[in-house]
Amino acid sequence: RAMELPPGHFPAARAAAVAVEYLRYLRGGPGSGLRLRELQRARRQDIDDVGHKYYLELELEDVLDKDRTVSCTAEVLYHLGSTTSAPDVQLTVQGELRSTEEADKEFYNRIRSLEKELVAENIPDSHGNVPPELEPIHLLAWVASGYVIWQNSTENTKFHLAQVKHVKQVKRNDEDLQFDFVLLLHEMVSQEVLPWEVTLLWHPQRGARVPQSRAAGAGS
Amino acid sequence: HQVLRVKTKNEEEVKQLQLLESLEHLELDFWINPSAPALPVDVRIPAGSVQSVKAFLESQGIEYSILIEDLQDVLDKERQDMAESAQRQRSTGSFDFSAYHTLDDINAELDHLASEYSFVEKIQIGESYEKRPLYVLKFSTGGSNRPAIWLDAGIHSREWVTQASALWIANKIASDYGTDESITSLLDKMDLFLLPVANPDGFVYTHTLNRMWRKTRSKIPGSVCIGVDPNRNWDAGFGGPGASSNPCSESYHGPRANSEVEVKSVVDFIKNHGNFKAFLTLHSYSQLLMYPYGYKCTRPDDYAELESLGRAAASSIRSLYGTTFQVGTICNTIYQASGGSIDWSYDNGIKYSFAFELRDTGRYGFLLPANQIVPAAKETWLGLKKIMEHVRDKSS
Repeated sequence: RAMELPPGHFPAARAAAVAVEYLRYLRGGPGSGLRLRELQRARRQDIDDVGHKYYLELELEDVLDKDRTVSCTAEVLYHLGSTTSAPDVQLTVQGELRSTEEADKEFYNRIRSLEKELVAENIPDSHGNVPPELEPIHLLAWVASGYVIWQNSTENTKFHLAQVKHVKQVKRNDEDLQFDFVLLLHEMVSQEVLPWEVTLLWHPQRGARVPQSRAAGAGS
Repeated sequence: HQVLRVKTKNEEEVKQLQLLESLEHLELDFWINPSAPALPVDVRIPAGSVQSVKAFLESQGIEYSILIEDLQDVLDKERQDMAESAQRQRSTGSFDFSAYHTLDDINAELDHLASEYSFVEKIQIGESYEKRPLYVLKFSTGGSNRPAIWLDAGIHSREWVTQASALWIANKIASDYGTDESITSLLDKMDLFLLPVANPDGFVYTHTLNRMWRKTRSKIPGSVCIGVDPNRNWDAGFGGPGASSNPCSESYHGPRANSEVEVKSVVDFIKNHGNFKAFLTLHSYSQLLMYPYGYKCTRPDDYAELESLGRAAASSIRSLYGTTFQVGTICNTIYQASGGSIDWSYDNGIKYSFAFELRDTGRYGFLLPANQIVPAAKETWLGLKKIMEHVRDKSS
């Protein structure tokens, strides 16, 4: 039996964050800025010998198109006593997410035709600025961090991407785009800002893959 | 300055780096500390030490690469941007509230407000660890030790929207006294004390070397790590769950309660004054409006009133741009956290103790774009005003 949770309390908020990060990894891209508009309802079920399962009703929006919202239900299962296995997330999006086909293709072609590999730092900068031409890279960083956050979340963590410290494009012989990121992840409970090295492969039709990611050690 | 990335191959090399870390005269700033062979170590090296550090690494056969060729260039560009903004202001003669400012510029604006308004006074309540003055703006239209409201910002230095909002709020209160009915009746009965930069050492550090710095900059005996979380250092459940005993942690509570001069100065000031009725503190980010307790997960005696007032304040905030703040105790809303300021103030008889977490909810986080400063300040002010009006009504 599932227990109703106040959506404004942190256990539900943490589970909702995991669901959204997972969705960003699955469906995000250079033209997509999915985020949580509102957590409408949350329930929790403690399953003996398995773990804690959260049932969530979410309202999502795209930062690039705030007039539209989309509903989503999610189940997030944190495995019992585990700090090494990622939570299981199941999502159902009701209705359509904004199509990003055009923007994706345009970005893909732009990057592929660069003579010098793209390199950038501090996105956003100290004042919160993101140059418009780097916004798609920022959004791809959300995809990369979405994966890392999903993989590393527990009921005792709440991660957000704080900043893209460094990004370097790596040209490939196949059709994927490759970006090597150094991402700063802010973990709300410990308040640590943790550097992560993450390699992201992305293709307009095939979507994203993270073949490599690792924590880069404690910060000063 | 240069920032090098050092790639250690084995434990021996890690030890060499740790040795290097201990040589204080080099003034090395490890962004990523040496801990294990597989993990790269990022270290900022002041110009004067660059050659000797590189020579050392090369003599030990330790691989490194240059991560940021000239940190100075990056910092110079930022400073240039900020100087340009300051230039814009000087030419128009007014402070640009929709930009982020240096500590010096903020202090200059405090002087300006104090000189322009007779009921505004800049006082110094103490000094930071690195000897920077802790400046408070006192808003008082008369009386003698009137019941007072405390408001602070920037206790966690990376939360830049808070110091920036505090400046806007200071200007709003000063300029609206005499015309706005609510502010006028408030200041006719009560005094307001505003500390816009509660952690100036940390704030300067976020401008110069590490935008993500949170803590104070005090040296911890027996550790290479620096700084104490000033919002785990208050004498309220000090050292309990929700704070770390590890000096290298972002939530390190410090060697003892009030060990941080930035905290002790406020504690002493409030105790000596003896007539504070409200204690309000600004943080970012998450859009939360919280009241005690954080150090324990039980409700305060005044739960019903604080919850109701909190909701009213959140409603006021929402009325402006639709920004939603969650309301609740610290322990329920965000996490259990010991040694926090509003727990201390509440347990010391200041009933109306609230902590705000301002915009946003994670899209930009600490790096909130400057064009959101004024909207954030405006909506937050509505929430603060709601609380202050209630305090005023209850205090007369």
